[in-house]
Amino acid sequence: MAAPTATQVFEEIAGQGYQAGFVTDIETETLPPGLDEGVVRAISAKKNEPEWMTEWRLKAYRHWLTMSEPEWANVTYTKPDYQAISYYSAPKSADDRPKSLDEVDPELLATYEKLGIPLREQEMLAGVVAVDAVFDSVSVATTFKGKLKELGIIFCSISEAIREHPELIRKYLGSVVPYSDNFFATLNSAVFSDGSFVFVPKGVRCPMELSTYFRINAMNTGQFERTLIIAEEGASVSYLEGCTAPMRDENQLHAAVVELVALDDAKIKYSTVQNWYPGDMETGKGGIYNFVTKRGKCEGRRSKISWTQVETGSAITWKYPSVILKGDDSVGEFYSVALTKGRQQADTGTKMIHIGKNTRSTIISKGISAGRGQNTYRGAVKILRGADGAHNYSQCDSMLIGDRCGAHTFPYIDVQNPTARMEHEASTSKIGEDQIFYCNQRGISEEDAVSMIVNGFCKEVFRELPMEFAVEAQKLLQVNLEGSVG
Amino acid sequence: MPLLEIKNLHASVEGTEILKGIDLTLDSGQVHAIMGPNGSGKSTLAQVLAGREEYDVTEGEVLFDGKDLLALDPEERAREGVFLAFQYPVEIPGVSNTYFLKAALNAIRKHRGLKEMDAMDFLKLVKERMKLVQMEETLLNRPVNEGFSGGEKKRNEIFHMSVLEPRLAVLDETDSGLDIDALKIVADGVNSLRSADRGFLVITHYQRLLNFIVPDRVHVLLGGRIVRSGGKELALELEEKGYVWLEQEVGVAASPTGAAVGA
Repeated sequence: MAAPTATQVFEEIAGQGYQAGFVTDIETETLPPGLDEGVVRAISAKKNEPEWMTEWRLKAYRHWLTMSEPEWANVTYTKPDYQAISYYSAPKSADDRPKSLDEVDPELLATYEKLGIPLREQEMLAGVVAVDAVFDSVSVATTFKGKLKELGIIFCSISEAIREHPELIRKYLGSVVPYSDNFFATLNSAVFSDGSFVFVPKGVRCPMELSTYFRINAMNTGQFERTLIIAEEGASVSYLEGCTAPMRDENQLHAAVVELVALDDAKIKYSTVQNWYPGDMETGKGGIYNFVTKRGKCEGRRSKISWTQVETGSAITWKYPSVILKGDDSVGEFYSVALTKGRQQADTGTKMIHIGKNTRSTIISKGISAGRGQNTYRGAVKILRGADGAHNYSQCDSMLIGDRCGAHTFPYIDVQNPTARMEHEASTSKIGEDQIFYCNQRGISEEDAVSMIVNGFCKEVFRELPMEFAVEAQKLLQVNLEGSVG
Repeated sequence: MPLLEIKNLHASVEGTEILKGIDLTLDSGQVHAIMGPNGSGKSTLAQVLAGREEYDVTEGEVLFDGKDLLALDPEERAREGVFLAFQYPVEIPGVSNTYFLKAALNAIRKHRGLKEMDAMDFLKLVKERMKLVQMEETLLNRPVNEGFSGGEKKRNEIFHMSVLEPRLAVLDETDSGLDIDALKIVADGVNSLRSADRGFLVITHYQRLLNFIVPDRVHVLLGGRIVRSGGKELALELEEKGYVWLEQEVGVAASPTGAAVGA
């Protein structure tokens, strides 16, 4: 039978009316490829969203039609055909999944082994077992959610939040990244599938690190993730995104949006360890395009937002986690390690916008290039006219492994207030055969030598990661750097 | 059994033969000096013993404590007890001198079936050995060789040697670039590490170092071969008469092709 058109799907759902809580059962759960208003409505309908949410999506979609894809990133790629993408797919049916680990790509399994991932988790990651099934049976997840509820902390999927906490969504969604912000964010606003919602009430310190790991999320809808984290006055929370295992995904385009809002005296720490499948080492085929808009707003006085990331995957990475320092005495931080090798290209960096008085920002960016990887750092520090006493410290270090890779730096500084203090440092170093041989001659193997040198290089950033993540990140770098010298 | 036996060693780099049949026997407890003009193959010998990949051994063998040294990877040789004090020590950014040394020492200890040394014991060891080469404490926490002066780098090599306690130490022109005071400090350091369990190959261009590190035997390398061996007086004779004299005596050109491939 021919796949139904988006309009047919929409009509079928609309005909059944909005019922709270569950998704209606229709014959096919996947929308055909292509994007038009019908698709946007269908997505919204599938999620039983209220009318105002559907309208917001449509506003974004109509605006998207007037925009053109940005071309200035220092990366080369074939532009995705937006009409060839399916914007909603249900989780894989049991027939599509590999029946056991034996059917999974042995190279993928080898990486899981190296990273020390337990067998059960491997099954989940490879799609052998549906995510829901795994987590439903894990009592840890339920106890954990119970504790949060006691404290008044909301941690759920954004779809659930739209239905259960509309006042918060209406107040904060799009307040940091407006729907018109940029091409990919606008697309995301129209078709976002799911993501995390975190709300920490006044004076509450979230007692544990929140992680996407615990959020039940159907695998294939991760391509347009939308996350919103709100910390009220005096609240604090640490959020972990991603995992170290290489994520296989047929969806090539990932255009997520993350918004953070910190009110007076609030603190939000957002850590990412991401290892998207980088694609075939020689051709880059199958690799993920990771185009993400991440922004935090230090809305309140003395508020603080820190972004910490370790990125080692994806074929193309384009992301600039940023902080808007609106509240007086607010602080923004960005710590990043980005590794590119094979044929990967990364154009990443950050934007710190100083608006309030006595604001402070710290940027420490470490780029590691190996193989034929191309690593570009693009940082912008803007000090607006009213930002008296602003202070920025930027440190941008590049490490080159071998002699066929590249590192590029584009720092932009725009200062409109004479009392601002800016410090910028940059360095480039190389791991060559001479260093490796020196280590060898002292009894240290090549693998340990590269690991030691890279860890030394990255330690200022690893220090900022929550401990388990830091350990995973080190392991991750080691696995990714195997065989990269000489 | 001799500590080191080099038999008819031939080695080339990028197709050019540099070592043309080296024979040398070194016993534990001895210090042998290897002298020669630029291009004679001195550094090549050092690098080949350390296991540098760029050098191809085309003939001959090297026995270390009776074991086939050439069959081992460079890190395995180090763990067996071979140490090379580099002529041009490289910098290792981001890795502190102490951290680096501890990693090295523990790799060697593990190989020998010894327990890894913890941070406290290691620090005690380091503080003691620092005195041997008058090393400043500040250099301990700096990244390896980063911003070190020439003299500090050479002293750092000897400091490493004192911590790692090798069986065979090859010093590749440790005296080059040093003034007389720095030279004395390095020599004192080396001398304090002389023992019955250890052998030294001191590679040098000039005789001066050998006033401070008095060798048991002196070999002269010319054109990739050892053309003469003798006691310490040989070094003095060379200094007085120059390499050209010896060249004429043995009828050999100083360097294989005239091209400089490291001394």
